[in-house]
Amino acid sequence: MAESGERKAALEMVQADGTDGNCVTFVLHDEDHTLGNSLRYMVMKNPDVEFCGYCITHPSESKINFRIQTRGSLPAVEPFRKGLNDLMGVCQHVLDTFEVRLLPEELRSFLDQERQRTFDAESLIAFSGILCLTLV
Amino acid sequence: MAAKRSMDELRERVVLGEFGVRNVHTTDFPGNYPGYDDAWDQRRFEEAFRVDVVREEDGVLEFDMVGIDAAIANAFRRILLAEVPTMAVEKVFVYNNTSIVQDEILAHRLGLIPIRADPRLFEYRNQGDEEGTEIDTLQFQLKIKCSRNPQAAKESSDPNELYFNHKVYSKHMTWVPLGNQTDLFPDADFRPVHDDILIALLRPGQEIDVLMHCVKGIGKDHAKFSPVATASYRLLPDITLLQPVEDEAAETLQKCFSPGVIEIQNIKGTFFPAVKCLVPNKS
Repeated sequence: MAESGERKAALEMVQADGTDGNCVTFVLHDEDHTLGNSLRYMVMKNPDVEFCGYCITHPSESKINFRIQTRGSLPAVEPFRKGLNDLMGVCQHVLDTFEVRLLPEELRSFLDQERQRTFDAESLIAFSGILCLTLV
Repeated sequence: MAAKRSMDELRERVVLGEFGVRNVHTTDFPGNYPGYDDAWDQRRFEEAFRVDVVREEDGVLEFDMVGIDAAIANAFRRILLAEVPTMAVEKVFVYNNTSIVQDEILAHRLGLIPIRADPRLFEYRNQGDEEGTEIDTLQFQLKIKCSRNPQAAKESSDPNELYFNHKVYSKHMTWVPLGNQTDLFPDADFRPVHDDILIALLRPGQEIDVLMHCVKGIGKDHAKFSPVATASYRLLPDITLLQPVEDEAAETLQKCFSPGVIEIQNIKGTFFPAVKCLVPNKS
Protein backbone atom coordinates (compact mmCIF):
# COMPACT_ATOMS: atom_id res chain seq x y z
CA MET A 1 0.00 0.00 0.00
CA ALA A 2 1.16 3.58 -0.56
CA GLU A 3 2.77 5.17 2.48
CA SER A 4 0.52 7.76 4.12
CA GLY A 5 1.72 10.98 5.78
CA GLU A 6 1.52 9.79 9.41
CA ARG A 7 1.40 6.11 10.28
CA LYS A 8 -1.61 4.96 12.23
CA ALA A 9 -1.13 2.12 14.69
CA ALA A 10 -1.91 -1.16 12.97
CA LEU A 11 -2.71 -3.03 16.16
CA GLU A 12 -4.05 -2.18 19.61
CA MET A 13 -4.62 -4.40 22.61
CA VAL A 14 -7.56 -4.07 24.95
CA GLN A 15 -7.48 -6.18 28.09
CA ALA A 16 -10.62 -7.13 29.94
CA ASP A 17 -10.70 -5.86 33.57
CA GLY A 18 -10.09 -8.40 36.28
CA THR A 19 -8.15 -10.84 34.12
CA ASP A 20 -4.44 -11.39 33.97
CA GLY A 21 -3.64 -11.27 30.29
CA ASN A 22 -5.19 -14.51 29.11
CA CYS A 23 -8.27 -12.77 27.72
CA VAL A 24 -7.44 -10.00 25.24
CA THR A 25 -9.17 -8.19 22.40
CA PHE A 26 -6.86 -7.03 19.61
CA VAL A 27 -8.08 -4.16 17.45
CA LEU A 28 -6.55 -4.50 13.98
CA HIS A 29 -6.79 -1.43 11.75
CA ASP A 30 -7.13 -1.61 7.95
CA GLU A 31 -8.08 -5.28 8.03
CA ASP A 32 -11.17 -7.24 7.08
CA HIS A 33 -12.35 -10.82 6.63
CA THR A 34 -9.29 -11.60 4.51
CA LEU A 35 -7.01 -11.67 7.55
CA GLY A 36 -9.71 -12.07 10.20
CA ASN A 37 -11.22 -15.37 9.08
CA SER A 38 -7.95 -17.05 8.09
CA LEU A 39 -6.22 -15.97 11.32
CA ARG A 40 -9.21 -17.12 13.38
CA TYR A 41 -8.94 -20.57 11.78
CA MET A 42 -5.21 -20.83 12.56
CA VAL A 43 -5.64 -19.64 16.18
CA MET A 44 -8.56 -22.06 16.75
CA LYS A 45 -6.29 -24.94 15.71
CA ASN A 46 -4.18 -24.21 18.81
CA PRO A 47 -5.21 -26.55 21.66
CA ASP A 48 -4.37 -23.89 24.28
CA VAL A 49 -7.06 -21.55 23.00
CA GLU A 50 -10.43 -21.68 24.72
CA PHE A 51 -12.18 -19.03 22.64
CA CYS A 52 -11.30 -17.18 19.46
CA GLY A 53 -13.49 -14.96 17.36
CA TYR A 54 -13.46 -11.79 15.32
CA CYS A 55 -16.01 -9.23 14.25
CA ILE A 56 -16.09 -6.17 12.06
CA THR A 57 -17.25 -3.33 14.28
CA HIS A 58 -18.96 -1.38 11.50
CA PRO A 59 -18.86 -2.01 7.75
CA SER A 60 -17.88 1.59 7.07
CA GLU A 61 -14.77 1.33 9.24
CA SER A 62 -12.01 -1.01 8.17
CA LYS A 63 -11.08 -2.42 11.54
CA ILE A 64 -11.73 -5.73 13.25
CA ASN A 65 -11.95 -6.79 16.89
CA PHE A 66 -10.08 -10.05 17.32
CA ARG A 67 -10.61 -11.75 20.69
CA ILE A 68 -8.55 -14.60 22.13
CA GLN A 69 -9.14 -16.38 25.45
CA THR A 70 -6.65 -19.02 26.54
CA ARG A 71 -6.96 -21.91 28.92
CA GLY A 72 -5.04 -21.50 32.18
CA SER A 73 -2.68 -18.59 32.52
CA LEU A 74 -1.02 -18.51 29.11
CA PRO A 75 -0.85 -14.88 27.92
CA ALA A 76 -3.13 -14.38 24.93
CA VAL A 77 -0.35 -12.80 22.89
CA GLU A 78 1.32 -16.21 22.51
CA PRO A 79 -1.42 -17.97 20.50
CA PHE A 80 -1.83 -14.74 18.49
CA ARG A 81 1.84 -14.75 17.55
CA LYS A 82 1.80 -18.48 16.85
CA GLY A 83 -1.31 -18.11 14.68
CA LEU A 84 0.35 -15.39 12.61
CA ASN A 85 3.52 -17.43 12.17
CA ASP A 86 1.56 -20.56 11.25
CA LEU A 87 -0.45 -18.58 8.71
CA MET A 88 2.78 -17.34 7.15
CA GLY A 89 4.03 -20.92 7.00
CA VAL A 90 0.85 -22.10 5.29
CA CYS A 91 0.96 -19.31 2.72
CA GLN A 92 4.64 -19.91 1.99
CA HIS A 93 4.08 -23.62 1.47
CA VAL A 94 1.05 -23.00 -0.77
CA LEU A 95 3.12 -20.54 -2.81
CA ASP A 96 6.02 -23.00 -3.18
CA THR A 97 3.74 -25.89 -4.19
CA PHE A 98 1.87 -23.66 -6.62
CA GLU A 99 5.05 -22.33 -8.26
CA VAL A 100 6.41 -25.84 -8.74
CA ARG A 101 3.11 -27.05 -10.17
CA LEU A 102 2.97 -24.23 -12.71
CA LEU A 103 6.51 -24.57 -14.01
CA PRO A 104 6.78 -25.65 -17.64
CA GLU A 105 7.00 -29.42 -18.13
CA GLU A 106 10.73 -29.62 -19.01
CA LEU A 107 11.79 -27.52 -16.03
CA ARG A 108 9.69 -29.65 -13.68
CA SER A 109 11.21 -32.93 -14.87
CA PHE A 110 14.70 -31.39 -14.60
CA LEU A 111 13.98 -30.39 -10.97
CA ASP A 112 12.70 -33.90 -10.20
CA GLN A 113 15.93 -35.38 -11.59
CA GLU A 114 18.01 -32.98 -9.50
CA ARG A 115 16.06 -33.93 -6.40
CA GLN A 116 16.59 -37.62 -7.17
CA ARG A 117 20.35 -37.14 -7.60
CA THR A 118 20.76 -35.21 -4.31
CA PHE A 119 18.71 -37.90 -2.55
CA ASP A 120 21.07 -40.57 -3.85
CA ALA A 121 24.11 -38.53 -2.78
CA GLU A 122 22.67 -38.03 0.71
CA SER A 123 21.90 -41.71 1.17
CA LEU A 124 25.45 -42.55 0.04
CA ILE A 125 26.93 -40.17 2.60
CA ALA A 126 24.66 -41.56 5.34
CA PHE A 127 25.61 -45.14 4.47
CA SER A 128 29.34 -44.39 4.45
CA GLY A 129 28.92 -42.61 7.80
CA ILE A 130 27.28 -45.66 9.35
CA LEU A 131 30.01 -47.84 7.83
CA CYS A 132 32.75 -45.72 9.45
CA LEU A 133 31.01 -45.88 12.82
CA THR A 134 30.66 -49.69 12.70
CA LEU A 135 34.32 -50.07 11.70
CA VAL A 136 35.44 -47.94 14.63
CA MET B 1 -17.88 -48.47 12.54
CA ALA B 2 -20.98 -46.62 11.40
CA ALA B 3 -20.43 -44.08 14.15
CA LYS B 4 -16.90 -43.45 12.93
CA ARG B 5 -18.15 -43.09 9.35
CA SER B 6 -20.74 -40.55 10.33
CA MET B 7 -18.16 -38.74 12.45
CA ASP B 8 -15.84 -38.55 9.42
CA GLU B 9 -18.72 -37.26 7.34
CA LEU B 10 -19.42 -34.55 9.93
CA ARG B 11 -15.78 -33.51 9.87
CA GLU B 12 -15.02 -33.69 6.18
CA ARG B 13 -18.14 -33.32 4.10
CA VAL B 14 -20.64 -30.59 3.29
CA VAL B 15 -24.00 -32.26 2.67
CA LEU B 16 -26.61 -31.03 0.20
CA GLY B 17 -30.00 -31.69 1.75
CA GLU B 18 -33.37 -31.19 0.11
CA PHE B 19 -33.97 -27.77 1.64
CA GLY B 20 -30.51 -26.53 2.44
CA VAL B 21 -26.84 -27.23 2.91
CA ARG B 22 -25.64 -28.91 6.11
CA ASN B 23 -22.24 -29.23 7.82
CA VAL B 24 -20.96 -26.05 6.29
CA HIS B 25 -18.77 -24.72 9.08
CA THR B 26 -15.35 -26.11 9.87
CA THR B 27 -15.57 -28.08 13.11
CA ASP B 28 -12.28 -29.97 13.24
CA PHE B 29 -10.72 -27.87 16.00
CA PRO B 30 -8.86 -29.38 18.98
CA GLY B 31 -11.25 -30.61 21.65
CA ASN B 32 -14.37 -30.95 19.50
CA TYR B 33 -14.00 -34.64 18.67
CA PRO B 34 -12.65 -37.08 21.28
CA GLY B 35 -9.99 -39.32 19.86
CA TYR B 36 -8.96 -36.95 17.07
CA ASP B 37 -5.83 -34.81 17.28
CA ASP B 38 -6.84 -31.66 15.45
CA ALA B 39 -4.07 -29.32 16.60
CA TRP B 40 -2.24 -27.54 13.80
CA ASP B 41 0.66 -29.56 12.44
CA GLN B 42 2.63 -27.97 9.63
CA ARG B 43 4.21 -31.26 8.60
CA ARG B 44 0.87 -33.06 8.37
CA PHE B 45 -0.50 -30.18 6.33
CA GLU B 46 2.49 -30.26 3.95
CA GLU B 47 2.14 -33.99 3.43
CA ALA B 48 -1.56 -33.82 2.66
CA PHE B 49 -1.59 -30.63 0.58
CA ARG B 50 -1.37 -30.71 -3.19
CA VAL B 51 -2.26 -28.51 -6.15
CA ASP B 52 -3.64 -30.03 -9.39
CA VAL B 53 -4.05 -27.78 -12.40
CA VAL B 54 -7.29 -28.62 -14.22
CA ARG B 55 -7.19 -26.02 -16.99
CA GLU B 56 -4.57 -23.46 -17.94
CA GLU B 57 -5.36 -21.22 -20.91
CA ASP B 58 -4.54 -17.70 -21.93
CA GLY B 59 -6.93 -15.92 -19.58
CA VAL B 60 -8.26 -18.76 -17.46
CA LEU B 61 -6.64 -20.82 -14.71
CA GLU B 62 -8.57 -23.56 -12.92
CA PHE B 63 -6.88 -25.66 -10.28
CA ASP B 64 -7.74 -27.89 -7.32
CA MET B 65 -6.21 -27.32 -3.91
CA VAL B 66 -6.57 -30.46 -1.82
CA GLY B 67 -6.04 -30.42 1.93
CA ILE B 68 -6.66 -26.76 2.68
CA ASP B 69 -9.51 -25.19 4.62
CA ALA B 70 -12.12 -22.91 3.06
CA ALA B 71 -11.04 -20.01 5.31
CA ILE B 72 -7.56 -19.87 3.75
CA ALA B 73 -8.83 -20.49 0.21
CA ASN B 74 -11.31 -17.65 0.65
CA ALA B 75 -8.54 -15.37 1.90
CA PHE B 76 -6.60 -16.10 -1.32
CA ARG B 77 -9.71 -15.33 -3.38
CA ARG B 78 -10.25 -12.01 -1.58
CA ILE B 79 -6.61 -11.05 -2.02
CA LEU B 80 -6.75 -11.85 -5.76
CA LEU B 81 -9.75 -9.58 -6.20
CA ALA B 82 -8.70 -6.66 -4.02
CA GLU B 83 -5.02 -6.58 -3.17
CA VAL B 84 -2.96 -7.67 -6.16
CA PRO B 85 -1.62 -4.50 -7.81
CA THR B 86 -1.92 -3.61 -11.50
CA MET B 87 -1.40 -0.56 -13.70
CA ALA B 88 -4.43 1.36 -14.90
CA VAL B 89 -5.16 4.80 -16.34
CA GLU B 90 -5.68 7.27 -13.51
CA LYS B 91 -5.36 10.77 -14.99
CA VAL B 92 -6.56 11.78 -18.45
CA PHE B 93 -5.36 15.10 -19.85
CA VAL B 94 -7.90 16.11 -22.50
CA TYR B 95 -6.37 18.37 -25.12
CA ASN B 96 -9.18 18.05 -27.62
CA ASN B 97 -12.38 16.07 -27.50
CA THR B 98 -14.99 17.01 -30.07
CA SER B 99 -16.58 13.57 -30.06
CA ILE B 100 -20.07 12.92 -28.78
CA VAL B 101 -18.68 11.13 -25.71
CA GLN B 102 -18.34 13.51 -22.77
CA ASP B 103 -14.87 14.07 -21.28
CA GLU B 104 -15.63 12.40 -17.97
CA ILE B 105 -17.32 9.41 -19.60
CA LEU B 106 -14.35 9.02 -21.92
CA ALA B 107 -11.96 9.24 -18.96
CA HIS B 108 -13.99 6.64 -17.06
CA ARG B 109 -13.90 4.25 -20.01
CA LEU B 110 -10.17 4.72 -20.48
CA GLY B 111 -9.59 3.95 -16.81
CA LEU B 112 -11.30 0.59 -17.11
CA ILE B 113 -9.09 -0.61 -19.98
CA PRO B 114 -6.66 -3.28 -18.70
CA ILE B 115 -3.01 -2.41 -19.38
CA ARG B 116 -0.34 -4.99 -20.13
CA ALA B 117 2.43 -3.75 -17.83
CA ASP B 118 4.16 -5.61 -15.00
CA PRO B 119 3.32 -3.61 -11.85
CA ARG B 120 6.48 -4.90 -10.15
CA LEU B 121 8.51 -2.61 -12.45
CA PHE B 122 6.84 0.47 -10.98
CA GLU B 123 6.44 2.10 -7.60
CA TYR B 124 3.29 3.40 -6.00
CA ARG B 125 2.77 7.09 -6.50
CA ASN B 126 3.27 9.16 -3.34
CA GLN B 127 0.11 10.63 -1.93
CA GLY B 128 -0.29 14.28 -2.88
CA ASP B 129 2.06 14.00 -5.84
CA GLU B 130 0.18 15.43 -8.80
CA GLU B 131 2.92 15.34 -11.43
CA GLY B 132 4.22 11.80 -11.22
CA THR B 133 7.75 10.71 -12.08
CA GLU B 134 9.11 8.08 -14.42
CA ILE B 135 9.32 5.42 -11.72
CA ASP B 136 5.63 5.50 -10.93
CA THR B 137 3.89 6.61 -14.12
CA LEU B 138 3.25 5.12 -17.55
CA GLN B 139 2.12 7.54 -20.23
CA PHE B 140 -0.14 6.71 -23.16
CA GLN B 141 -1.45 8.88 -25.96
CA LEU B 142 -4.68 8.57 -27.90
CA LYS B 143 -4.81 10.89 -30.90
CA ILE B 144 -7.29 10.10 -33.60
CA LYS B 145 -9.35 12.09 -36.08
CA CYS B 146 -12.22 10.90 -38.23
CA SER B 147 -12.40 11.95 -41.86
CA ARG B 148 -14.62 11.28 -44.85
CA ASN B 149 -13.56 8.74 -47.45
CA PRO B 150 -13.49 10.43 -50.86
CA GLN B 151 -13.46 7.07 -52.68
CA ALA B 152 -16.71 5.81 -51.15
CA ALA B 153 -19.60 4.87 -53.43
CA LYS B 154 -22.29 7.53 -53.68
CA GLU B 155 -25.24 5.52 -52.34
CA SER B 156 -23.45 3.46 -49.70
CA SER B 157 -24.61 3.80 -46.10
CA ASP B 158 -22.00 1.56 -44.48
CA PRO B 159 -19.93 3.66 -42.07
CA ASN B 160 -16.93 1.33 -42.60
CA GLU B 161 -16.88 2.46 -46.23
CA LEU B 162 -17.83 6.08 -45.79
CA TYR B 163 -15.42 7.16 -43.05
CA PHE B 164 -11.82 6.64 -41.94
CA ASN B 165 -11.12 6.02 -38.22
CA HIS B 166 -14.73 6.25 -37.14
CA LYS B 167 -14.27 3.56 -34.48
CA VAL B 168 -11.74 4.31 -31.76
CA TYR B 169 -10.26 1.07 -30.44
CA SER B 170 -7.78 0.45 -27.63
CA LYS B 171 -5.18 -0.46 -30.24
CA HIS B 172 -4.98 3.25 -31.11
CA MET B 173 -3.42 3.94 -27.68
CA THR B 174 0.35 4.38 -28.01
CA TRP B 175 2.98 4.33 -25.29
CA VAL B 176 4.89 7.60 -24.77
CA PRO B 177 8.07 6.93 -22.73
CA LEU B 178 8.77 9.34 -19.88
CA GLY B 179 12.27 10.37 -18.82
CA ASN B 180 14.64 7.41 -18.97
CA GLN B 181 11.97 4.77 -19.56
CA THR B 182 13.33 4.02 -23.05
CA ASP B 183 16.62 2.98 -21.44
CA LEU B 184 15.01 1.19 -18.49
CA PHE B 185 12.60 -0.79 -20.65
CA PRO B 186 14.24 -1.23 -24.08
CA ASP B 187 12.23 -4.33 -25.05
CA ALA B 188 9.09 -3.46 -23.18
CA ASP B 189 5.82 -3.46 -25.02
CA PHE B 190 3.37 -1.50 -22.90
CA ARG B 191 -0.08 -1.57 -24.39
CA PRO B 192 -3.66 -2.48 -23.48
CA VAL B 193 -4.21 -6.20 -22.99
CA HIS B 194 -6.91 -6.36 -25.67
CA ASP B 195 -6.68 -4.47 -28.96
CA ASP B 196 -10.34 -4.56 -29.79
CA ILE B 197 -11.96 -2.64 -26.95
CA LEU B 198 -14.22 -0.03 -28.51
CA ILE B 199 -13.68 3.30 -26.76
CA ALA B 200 -15.78 5.74 -28.79
CA LEU B 201 -17.44 6.34 -32.16
CA LEU B 202 -16.60 9.35 -34.31
CA ARG B 203 -17.92 11.10 -37.38
CA PRO B 204 -15.98 13.28 -39.85
CA GLY B 205 -14.55 16.36 -38.22
CA GLN B 206 -14.56 14.91 -34.70
CA GLU B 207 -11.31 14.11 -33.01
CA ILE B 208 -9.95 12.86 -29.71
CA ASP B 209 -6.55 13.99 -28.45
CA VAL B 210 -5.79 12.88 -24.90
CA LEU B 211 -2.75 12.03 -22.82
CA MET B 212 -3.15 9.36 -20.12
CA HIS B 213 -1.12 8.69 -16.99
CA CYS B 214 -1.24 5.13 -15.63
CA VAL B 215 -0.38 4.45 -12.02
CA LYS B 216 -0.07 1.37 -9.84
CA GLY B 217 -3.02 0.61 -7.60
CA ILE B 218 -5.02 -2.17 -5.95
CA GLY B 219 -8.61 -3.30 -6.32
CA LYS B 220 -9.53 -2.05 -2.84
CA ASP B 221 -8.96 1.49 -4.09
CA HIS B 222 -10.87 1.19 -7.38
CA ALA B 223 -12.19 -1.85 -9.21
CA LYS B 224 -10.26 -0.90 -12.36
CA PHE B 225 -7.09 -2.02 -10.57
CA SER B 226 -8.40 -5.54 -9.97
CA PRO B 227 -6.29 -7.91 -12.10
CA VAL B 228 -8.89 -10.68 -12.32
CA ALA B 229 -12.22 -10.59 -14.09
CA THR B 230 -13.42 -12.97 -11.46
CA ALA B 231 -11.85 -15.33 -8.94
CA SER B 232 -14.05 -17.91 -7.32
CA TYR B 233 -13.73 -21.19 -5.53
CA ARG B 234 -16.02 -24.09 -4.76
CA LEU B 235 -15.70 -27.26 -2.74
CA LEU B 236 -15.05 -30.38 -4.79
CA PRO B 237 -18.29 -32.40 -5.01
CA ASP B 238 -18.45 -36.02 -3.93
CA ILE B 239 -21.47 -37.86 -5.33
CA THR B 240 -22.60 -41.18 -3.81
CA LEU B 241 -25.59 -43.04 -5.21
CA LEU B 242 -27.55 -44.28 -2.21
CA GLN B 243 -30.07 -46.51 -3.99
CA PRO B 244 -29.73 -48.79 -7.03
CA VAL B 245 -31.03 -47.14 -10.20
CA GLU B 246 -31.67 -49.07 -13.43
CA ASP B 247 -32.38 -48.66 -17.13
CA GLU B 248 -34.58 -45.66 -18.00
CA ALA B 249 -34.24 -44.16 -14.57
CA ALA B 250 -30.47 -44.34 -15.10
CA GLU B 251 -30.72 -42.25 -18.24
CA THR B 252 -32.90 -39.67 -16.50
CA LEU B 253 -30.33 -39.51 -13.75
CA GLN B 254 -27.57 -38.95 -16.27
CA LYS B 255 -29.48 -36.05 -17.80
CA CYS B 256 -29.83 -34.38 -14.40
CA PHE B 257 -26.11 -33.78 -14.15
CA SER B 258 -23.67 -31.92 -16.40
CA PRO B 259 -22.52 -34.07 -19.32
CA GLY B 260 -19.66 -36.32 -18.32
CA VAL B 261 -20.45 -36.67 -14.63
CA ILE B 262 -22.49 -39.89 -14.81
CA GLU B 263 -21.74 -42.69 -17.24
CA ILE B 264 -24.03 -45.63 -17.92
CA GLN B 265 -22.47 -49.03 -17.50
CA ASN B 266 -23.95 -52.17 -19.00
CA ILE B 267 -23.67 -55.01 -16.47
CA LYS B 268 -25.27 -58.30 -17.48
CA GLY B 269 -27.82 -56.72 -19.77
CA THR B 270 -29.16 -54.05 -17.39
CA PHE B 271 -27.91 -50.49 -17.43
CA PHE B 272 -26.50 -49.02 -14.25
CA PRO B 273 -25.26 -45.50 -13.73
CA ALA B 274 -21.82 -44.91 -12.27
CA VAL B 275 -20.23 -41.66 -11.24
CA LYS B 276 -17.45 -41.17 -13.75
CA CYS B 277 -15.93 -37.76 -13.47
CA LEU B 278 -16.50 -35.24 -10.70
CA VAL B 279 -15.26 -32.15 -12.50
CA PRO B 280 -16.49 -32.24 -16.08
CA ASN B 281 -14.75 -29.94 -18.51
CA LYS B 282 -17.79 -27.92 -19.40
CA SER B 283 -18.84 -26.73 -15.95
